[in-house]
Parts: sequence; C-alpha cells; structure tokens
Amino acid sequence: MPGTYSSNAFTLAPASPQALAISNLFIGTLYFLGAILILVTGLVLYAIIRYRDRPGAPEAKQVFGSMRLEILWTAAPVLSLAVLATFMARTMMASDPPSAGDRPDIRLVAHQWWWEIIYLKSGATAANEIHIPAGKRLLFDFRSADVIHDFWVPALGRKIDVVPGHPNRLWIEADKPGTYLGACAEFCGNEHAWMRIMVIADPPDQFATWLKQQSAAPAKPVTAEEQLGAKIFRDRICTNCHLRGVGPDLTHIATRRTLAAGVADNTPQNLATWLHDPNTFKPGSNMPDFKLSDDEVHALVAYLETQK
Amino acid sequence: MKDAAIPGPTAIESFEQEAHEGWLAWVSSVDHKQLGIMYLLGAFVFFLVGGVLALLMRIQLAVPNNHFLTPQMYNQIFTMHGTTMIFLVVVPLLVGMATYMVPLMIGARDMAFPRLNALSFWVQIFGGIMLYFSFATSGINGGAPAVGWFAYAPLTETAYSYGPGVNYWILGLLGIGVGTLTAGINLMTTILTMRAPGMHIRRLPLFVWMTLVTGFLIVTVMPILNAGLVMLLADRLLNAHFFRADTGGSAVLWQHVFWAFGHPEVYIMVLPAFGIISEVIPVFSGKPIYGYEVVAASTLAIAFLSMLVWAHHMFAVGLGHTFDIFFALCSMAIAVPTGIKIFNWTATMYQGRVRFTTAMLYAVSFLLMFTIGGLSGIAFAVAPIDWQLTDSYFVVAHFHYVLFGGTALALFAGVYYWFPKMSGRMLDERWGKVQFWLTFIGFNLTFMIQHVLGMFGMPRRVFTYPPLPGWEAMNMISTIGAFVLALAVLVLMINIVISLRSGEIAGDNPWSAWTLEWATTSPPPPENFTRVPPVNGRRPLWDLAHPDRTDEMLARAAG
Repeated sequence: MPGTYSSNAFTLAPASPQALAISNLFIGTLYFLGAILILVTGLVLYAIIRYRDRPGAPEAKQVFGSMRLEILWTAAPVLSLAVLATFMARTMMASDPPSAGDRPDIRLVAHQWWWEIIYLKSGATAANEIHIPAGKRLLFDFRSADVIHDFWVPALGRKIDVVPGHPNRLWIEADKPGTYLGACAEFCGNEHAWMRIMVIADPPDQFATWLKQQSAAPAKPVTAEEQLGAKIFRDRICTNCHLRGVGPDLTHIATRRTLAAGVADNTPQNLATWLHDPNTFKPGSNMPDFKLSDDEVHALVAYLETQK
Repeated sequence: MKDAAIPGPTAIESFEQEAHEGWLAWVSSVDHKQLGIMYLLGAFVFFLVGGVLALLMRIQLAVPNNHFLTPQMYNQIFTMHGTTMIFLVVVPLLVGMATYMVPLMIGARDMAFPRLNALSFWVQIFGGIMLYFSFATSGINGGAPAVGWFAYAPLTETAYSYGPGVNYWILGLLGIGVGTLTAGINLMTTILTMRAPGMHIRRLPLFVWMTLVTGFLIVTVMPILNAGLVMLLADRLLNAHFFRADTGGSAVLWQHVFWAFGHPEVYIMVLPAFGIISEVIPVFSGKPIYGYEVVAASTLAIAFLSMLVWAHHMFAVGLGHTFDIFFALCSMAIAVPTGIKIFNWTATMYQGRVRFTTAMLYAVSFLLMFTIGGLSGIAFAVAPIDWQLTDSYFVVAHFHYVLFGGTALALFAGVYYWFPKMSGRMLDERWGKVQFWLTFIGFNLTFMIQHVLGMFGMPRRVFTYPPLPGWEAMNMISTIGAFVLALAVLVLMINIVISLRSGEIAGDNPWSAWTLEWATTSPPPPENFTRVPPVNGRRPLWDLAHPDRTDEMLARAAG
C-alpha cells in the first residue's frame, strides 16, 4: 500500500491563496454557527432545568406568544445572514477567480477510475499525479471521458465537478513545493474509491526538468528481458488502450509514485501483482486480467521499469 | 354540550370496514387506523433492512483497505440504504403517522378517500418489493442498483450501468412515487373537507397543519421525480437521449430535475416531524405552543422557499457565480423560518412545567440535534464552503443530523407520545429512557466525528480508503457508534413487544393532552368517536377541562 501519506488533505490547512480564502470564510462561519449553537443549547438547557416539573412547581403560565420576540428572532438572523452573504460573495471571487479569455495550461480528463493529464503547451501527458511548478497559477480545463467525476484537492481550494458535455475551468496553484492529496469526490461507479489524485508542486526548475523528461522519448529497452517485455507490450494488445487514452499512457510510468490512481506504491513487486491480476488491488477496474505467465509478467515489469 | 355531526365516509364504506376483521383486515382494510399501523410496521421493517445495510457499510469502513465487501456490493448497499431510508422509511413513517392521527385530530371518521388510502399503501409496498427484487437479478452485471440515491446520469445510462438494477430502481420509485402522491392528495383533501364543526383551518393542531403543507409539497414535486424517472427509463429502454451528453442530451438536466424534487423532498421529510414536535413540546410543558400563527406561517415560508433552493446541491457543477449566489441566498433565507420555529419551541418550554417523559426527552434532543443539522446546512448554503465540503463525509454528517437527529428523533417522540392511543397501553418509560440514551449517544458517536472526517478530505461513497492521518481512528469511532445505535433499535423493539403484552393501560388521555385524538378511547373505536367534543379553540380538551379559563378567555385577558 502507498506510503506517501505524510501530507494530508485537510480543508483548514490551505496551501494556496484560493484555499486560504475558503478556509478563512469557513473558520469565521464556524465561529458564527458555533455561537448560535451555544446560544440555542444554553436556552434549551436553561428552560428544561429551570422549569422542570418537580413537587410544588407552579402550574405552567398559559402564554400564547409575543410579537416583539418574534420580530427579534426573525430580524436578527436576517441581518447576520446578510453579513455572511457579503463575505461569501467576496470569497467566491477570491477562491474561484474568473478565467474567461485565458488559455488553459493543463487539461484534465477524468476517466472511470483514473485521471489523464495533458500539458497543453508541451503536449506531455501523465496520469493521476499532477506535477505543477510551485508558486505559479495555472488554468486547468476539466473534461470527462465518461460519467461525472469531481476534482477535489482540499489543500489547494474548491472542488469542481467534471461533467461530460460541460467543460469546467479552475485556477490552481500551490504556494510551496509539496505533495497535496485529493480524490474524485463524485460517485462515478465501481472503483470510485480508488480514483485518488496527487498534486506534486515542484520547485520551478525541477518542474522544468520533469516536464522536459516527460516530453522526451524514454530510453530504448536494452536487456533481452526488457526487449521481450516491449514485444509483449506491443503484441498482447496493451497498446490498444494504453496509447489511445482508454487507459493511462505508460510512456513514463517508471517516474510515477503510485499505480492505478493511488491504490498501491509503484514498485516492481506491486506492478507484477497488478499484471498478474488487476483485481487484487482494484477489483472491477477496466484493466482486464490477461492471464499472463510469470515470465511474461517479469519481462513486462522489466520493460516498464525502463519507461522513464 | 352540543353533539357535533361527524363528517366521514359514506355508510357503504363504513360497512366494508366492519366486514373484515382478524387477519383478513391486514389485506382488505380501508380503515385509516389499520392502514396507519400497516404503514408504520411496513416502514419499520424497511428501517431494519436499511439499518442492516448501514451496519454492513460501517463494518467495511471500520478499517482502511478492508476486504469485507467488494466494491460492487458496497456500492449497491449504499444506494439501497439511501433509497430505502428516504422513500421506504422516513416518508412512509410520516405518512403512516398522519394517516392514523390526522382524522382523529380533526374529529373525522376516516380519510376522505379510504380506498385510495389502501391503494397508496399497497402501491408503495409493491414499489419497495420491486426495488428489493433487484438483488435477485443475477449475472455479472446483476444485483441492485449501484448509482447512489440521486442516481446521477450518465452513470445510470446503459453504457455505464448495464444490468437491470437501475430499471428496478426506476420502476420501484415510480410505484412508491404514485403511492406518496395519492397519499398527499388524500391527506390534503381530508384536512380541507373533513374537519369537525368548529375546527376552523386556523384552529388546526400544528401536526395537522404541517401535514397539510406537506401534502401540498408532495403534490407539487412528486410529479417532477416521476417525470424524470420516465425520461431516464426512456433513455435506458427506448434509446432516448435526455441525459446523454454525447448525443445531444444533458447530464446536468437530470440534476435539475432530480433536485427540483429532491430538495422539497427534504422538507416533506422534515415538516411533519416539526408537526410532531409542535404537539409534544406544548403538552409536556403544560403550555400552548408559543407563537402558533408564526409557527404555522413559517411552515408556509419553508415550503415556498424549499422550491427555490434545489441547485445548492449543484454548487460544485460549475454553473457560474451568479447562479450559485442566487441559490445560496435562497438557501440562507430558508434558515430564517426554520430558526423561528426553534426559538418558538424553546419559548414554549419557558415558564412551563416540563415533564421528562421519554417522548419529551426525544423532543428536546430533537431541538439540539436538528439545530446542529440546520447550522451545518447554513454552512452548505455558503457556496465556497460547499465547494470544499460537498460530497465529503461532512455532508453525510449534515444530512444525518437533519434526518436522524431531526426526523427520526421526532418520530421516536411521536411513537412514545401516540403509542398509548394506538395500542391502548403505555410504552414502558424505563426501557424508553434506556433507548433514548443509547440512541442519543450512539447517534452522536456515529455522526459527529464524520464532520471532522469530511474536513480532513474523506469523500463520501468510497468502499474503502487509504490510511491517511486520523482517518482510521475516526472511522472506527463512527462504526462503534453505529452498533450502539443498532442496540438502541433493539431496545425499542423489546419495549414495544413487552408493552403490548403487559404495558400499563393507557386510558383515553394519559398525558393530559388537549387535541381531539385524546377525546376518544385508546385505541379508538371504528369511526373514531361516539361524539366529538365542541371545538371552540385550538385546545378543545383544555377548554373542556377549564371552562372558567378557556383559551379564548385567556387570550382575551392577555389582550
């Protein structure tokens, strides 16, 4: 299982200006709502303790109401909600600024149970792990290949649905280098639970190196086993999906940290387990069980490990 | 005292009611009391089923990377849990409560349309059976629907849900929908046309008033769901394209159709519960409801606003800030009439003489728990907070505080309050208090922590999760709470069985309550009343017991 969970996905630990705006509003709202809860709880507890039935308690006073109080507890909520609404409108602009007229930097295509990442300027593609340069605001363009998904990385800000036939855009950035975890937040079928997201904010120079590597062809297979793996990859119809956007592009799979949208660490052992039977990690995923022999699996693993 | 003529069904129907007794009555009865109890029992059976489904989910989620359930099974289970609890438990429990109590509370002999009443019940039950039959469909794509209770397209389309599960879901819900719709028509008609002399519309007990408003909501929004279901069925069976984006349809359209029904549905599930609370709190405080007119009027405000807030379920869809702000403001506005109710209920207890019966304990805990659910609802009305927390465990916590902390606790209050009327025997108060505390502790243990889980980024509807910091412990606490809650339900069942056998005999009016249902025997005879007491105010039995200071005199004295 993946060991990269030192970072969290806490909504109140913002790592971007957008998330900070929501976090501030959320904390303020929590205080406001907490005060109301304490008020109501206090009133109720006072009433039931002070006026509880006990021997010698006076008969209840037959009171029918008070218009003055009704006006008070109508007007006070209206006013405080009006204040809350103005804060809300300001936060909406800060946490989801307009993007009309800007060109997207990254296209994110959600598939049943993985994320395809396309760097629109360089043409590089990746899967599930989104590298971005820290401190730079990027415009994301969200498309769905099938059903409705939702992109949610709490530390970076709002979530946004990924709806077929309804492209969405969102500015995303991270203040500091780091790994920010998220997940698909709209139920999208069988393996919705294992459609996790990892945003990796690199220092800008490191990001540039990474993007260059992702845009270049990986090294050619050298050993006999690696070459056998490459042959199997071609012959056993792996490419039918993995080069056509049905499954993740595996051209640089060896640079990724996890397999199958976060279900397991990307180690040769886990890769072998996955190839033997994808259902071990992700039952019901769209990757078929090809009934590969041990030798075939070893060759494929050897080949894929060269794909950097 | 003047005897009042009792409005009611024709003599022919009365004859039919008496014709069948014993076991045959369970299938042939058109008596509102028999049908009311059948509604309650049927819904309770589904409640047990839905509860078992919930326990299966909580076992699966107790530890990370669990393999207790396959994802296919888990996804079917959470879909069936939600669908069951909403359509086969909460709504029928409230409709059943109203079917039993409304004619009694307005001094009528039966519902306006007794046969329609039976039809509503049976159609609803058959809809439920149809829905559950989906579990019996076999094959690799068989089984129950696995799309969530709001069944977002295009996941529900044949391209992504090949099996027949979704068809059963659609047809089952259509049956249930027709049953609920006709029940709503029947309750409205009964309240508008069958009231005893003197029972002006402004004197209705608040439970009846809120049932009337609920009936109006049902009749307004149920057809929207039914239309949407037929559109989806057409997509699936006739190759239509309503919700298929790739061929000119719109996935967002389904969400509009569903939530235009779905949000008023929340108030259909909450308003009658408000009604129960508005009966129980005054009686056990020894005082009339504080601000009757305002509580009644705020119900209308809620019903009206409930039809203008549906898209707060769609803030994450990306429909633009202007759109979001409109629905955010309407959603905040609905908090105002709801808050008014909370304050009036609290004020009712002031200067009262608060008797801590089990029913009252539930009503008071409703006040506190529903307030939490209402306040987290305000958080969701604030669009940017919703952008973070929707579809997380925070929303799971929120609506369980509304539907369990709100409606279910109110229903428990109603059960303890009206059980003596329905059965002739009191529910045991000691068992009742055991059940209350187990429920209160179990409920908060299960759901309070889920707010935090959501804030820590756990999405809802996941069959398992990685061991992120804190997630393991919080999920384990929630699972333990669920089992405490299950124990509480067991205690309720024990209490009902024991009390039915050997509970204290209730008598006509064990709580010294004031509404008409307490003016007849427990349980009431066929056709309910030998004579209906005169109705000169909102509390006919108070007026009867205090001829020297009737409500009218008290009100006049108060100016």
